[in-house]
Amino acid sequence: MIGQRAPEFTLPDTNGDEHSLRGPAVVVFTCNHCPYALAWHDRLMDVARDYPDVHFYAINPNDADRYPRDSAEAMKERVDADGGWPMPYLRDESQEVARAYGARTTPDVFAIDADGVFRYRGAPDADHGDESQNARWLRDALNGLRAGEDIGLAETEPVGCSVKWKP
Amino acid sequence: MTVELLWWDGCPSYPETLRELEEILDQEGLQAAVALIEVKDDEQAQRERFPGSPTVRIDGEDVVPPGDGEPFSLTCRVYRTRDGRVSPTPDPEDLRDAIRRAA
Repeated sequence: MIGQRAPEFTLPDTNGDEHSLRGPAVVVFTCNHCPYALAWHDRLMDVARDYPDVHFYAINPNDADRYPRDSAEAMKERVDADGGWPMPYLRDESQEVARAYGARTTPDVFAIDADGVFRYRGAPDADHGDESQNARWLRDALNGLRAGEDIGLAETEPVGCSVKWKP
Repeated sequence: MTVELLWWDGCPSYPETLRELEEILDQEGLQAAVALIEVKDDEQAQRERFPGSPTVRIDGEDVVPPGDGEPFSLTCRVYRTRDGRVSPTPDPEDLRDAIRRAA
């Protein structure tokens, strides 16, 4: 995966506006109901604020029929309750984008360079329970992208709830 | 004392809870074994009244009782630690308190 071209996508956000992949980017598969996604959420939002030159996309691919807390309506309620997010929260209703990326968990994080090439994939950092980790692995990857340097830790094991595929 | 750990393989959190349970039982000087119960489908989740993985029951009582209306399904439970953080596992002190109450 690392070094390969990231699949393009166009998906709707919680207001129905469509967003397409533009690099450099961070794509985070996430959701409303998973404690791992919730535990890392604020750290990922902070990264988005700290790297305004990078396009961030949160994508919820979960089967909302079986997990109603991940419905488009529930996504909008969450973003509105937060007063907005620093990245669009996109609905992958068909789950095609998640399949194209090989997303396994929520969260599952991908960093993509300006040429649309995967440069990092995995967890935001080493411990969902330790806020001081501060999404270090992802930040290191983005710093590497900015500097045009190789990313030392380019792939880590994503940690979280399994993506809830449709039957 | 019966200690049950109900888990679902869509959630990676139960080994951490099992380790913490066994540590606390050992620290409290108790010999109770932890019965592992895998919940495999929605029918079983309903039957077991399983609000998500992991769920720990001591003498049949959930150590962190789910809220009213919490659905029973194959999902990961969202816990809160005592300092307010979201966690995929119960706060170890909640486990310890429940074990002490039952001992």
